[in-house]
Amino acid sequence: MINFLIRRTVFMFVALWAVTLISFFIINLPEGDYVTAYIAQLQATGSMVDAEEADNLRIFYGLDQPLYIQYFKWMREMVLYQNLGFSFEYNMPVTEVISERLLLTMILAIACIIFIWAIAIPFGIISAVKQYSVWDYLFTFLGFVGLAIPDFMIALIAMYLFFVWFDFSPGGLFSPEYVGVPWSWGRGKDLIDHIWIPMVVLGTAGTASLMRITRANLLDELSKPYVITARAKGLSEWRLIMKYPVRLALNPAISLTAYILPYLISGSIIVGVVLSLPTVGPQLVKALVAQDMFLAGGIILLIGFMTVVGTFISDLLLLWVDPRIRLEAGGS
Amino acid sequence: MVTEKKNINKSRPLLEVRDLQTYFYTADGVVKAVDGVNLDVFPGKTLGIVGESGCGKSITTKSILRLIDNPGKILGGTMNLYDQSHDQSQDILKLNNQELKEVRGGRISMIFQEPMTSFSPIHTVGNQITEAIKLHLNHSKNEAIELAEDWLIRVGMSNPKQRLKQYAFELSGGQRQRAMIAMALCTNPDILIADEPTTALDVTTQAQTLDLLRELQEKNGMSIIMITHDLGVIAELADEVNVMYLGKVIESGTIHQVFKDPKHPYTHALLSSIPSLATGHRERLPILPGTIPHPQARPKGCPFNPRCKDFIEGTCDVEFPKQEKIEEGHLVNCHLYSK
Repeated sequence: MINFLIRRTVFMFVALWAVTLISFFIINLPEGDYVTAYIAQLQATGSMVDAEEADNLRIFYGLDQPLYIQYFKWMREMVLYQNLGFSFEYNMPVTEVISERLLLTMILAIACIIFIWAIAIPFGIISAVKQYSVWDYLFTFLGFVGLAIPDFMIALIAMYLFFVWFDFSPGGLFSPEYVGVPWSWGRGKDLIDHIWIPMVVLGTAGTASLMRITRANLLDELSKPYVITARAKGLSEWRLIMKYPVRLALNPAISLTAYILPYLISGSIIVGVVLSLPTVGPQLVKALVAQDMFLAGGIILLIGFMTVVGTFISDLLLLWVDPRIRLEAGGS
Repeated sequence: MVTEKKNINKSRPLLEVRDLQTYFYTADGVVKAVDGVNLDVFPGKTLGIVGESGCGKSITTKSILRLIDNPGKILGGTMNLYDQSHDQSQDILKLNNQELKEVRGGRISMIFQEPMTSFSPIHTVGNQITEAIKLHLNHSKNEAIELAEDWLIRVGMSNPKQRLKQYAFELSGGQRQRAMIAMALCTNPDILIADEPTTALDVTTQAQTLDLLRELQEKNGMSIIMITHDLGVIAELADEVNVMYLGKVIESGTIHQVFKDPKHPYTHALLSSIPSLATGHRERLPILPGTIPHPQARPKGCPFNPRCKDFIEGTCDVEFPKQEKIEEGHLVNCHLYSK
């Protein structure tokens, strides 16, 4: 098992490194650079920038150097000083621009995962155990509706309904008086009051798919011989279902959770714009439009890191809950 | 901890199954997997049920513990389980859930063909054995673990303490079946149903497992229902044998009666297709022509009639033969013996 852990950790670092390469590559995909965008912006407001000034700006920002040098500089700063570079757009270090948004994104993502598990697992179990019952049809119907409606649509409907019924606009994660102020108990409570609407909106599709997956896995497990053995032993039906097939059906759900994380972040971009959430999604769009390369790169990089680390954590979880993986990984 | 032989009336069947019917309602129609089966299980004796795949032998024993899943359904019959200590019997089909749970694993235990998949892959062997003990015997956790260890020793496993902590996939096929037997017997059931317990094992392990079952039966005095398609296993272990064909028992009797003097043409054909080492000259083995008919297309009359060499036109394809008594204990359903 130690070997497996070492190997898995090494793979994780290789994957993280690949993420930095890809992030940097994506940043440099569009034609032109920040200065091009900056000049266009100035021209739009009427000022003119001549070619010499543009070159000076490029030298100032280090944009004249070959790509690999830019990459190594970027990497060195990141590894040694946790510095993701400078946002030209905000005139602030990238880390400062995104730190609070990143934290809120993580909080929202974890809330979503808890919501998804809390709804999808029990409903999936009932759906499978009472296959073709009224409950199964109801949950299946709701699941497909949840999968089929895009989440920004759900966000719009939620906003409309809340506005019409309660005269309340469910935008953002805070009441106006708590926006941009330091953390306090009141702010935390305000967050809890506001978080559940984006949580439900963002979690709907994930809930629907995890429910379908739980149902399918459990249906597979329910007909396995060990279930009959347990029944022949005299265990009561619900106890045996919870102890044996459900435990086995949960393993894929655990590995799936790692994939929910990036989905929530990328999926939250449109919803984030619609519900004006202070998360990294909307900021990524803005940064890409402005070609604020270090900001965009930083966000892409962190989303990538979260995915890789999330997968690693879910692998460790699987290792912990499934002896087959634990012992076979040790053997090889 | 030695279990004493139960002091019992040997002539009264422990389990009396009459006219058991288990049908499967599939999309293509009704499959009469078990169609009017009678069985008698006597105390301390082994009843062998033999037949080709698909004859309903497994479904019969699963029906005894009411382990039939959708779309299967037990339609009718009685299954009287006799309780010697209270001198009363109860029909398993009429038990409520609580009573059924006490019979399952308590009075009647079951072991299965594939010991690998019959254990949960993510629970230890010990967890699953002690679970059975805790369900049926009033044991504390530590007592249950001790008893489980004791049973692993009785079924001939080394390092019982360590085995309890292992998972099924860490054991060999023979060890898994031993653990399965320990799990089934640790509650001292009156009847052990063994559903092809040796089919998935290699020949040496098969022999060891059969020896073990016989030895445990001598010590504990339990009855065994042994399901197999292997006539050798039946000859080795069974006191009585029921031959099944397409959901019906077509011949039953003591092992001696059925093997020495088979009456039904099907039994006859089965027995003559066993190769013998005793005959000095080499000859072709007789084969049974045809295959088992499709379950939805059962032949009318005697289900064996299209493959029978003694087929009587106008009789065998019209009516299912009544049960005829050849001698005490030897029964056959065949028009050849109709009076």
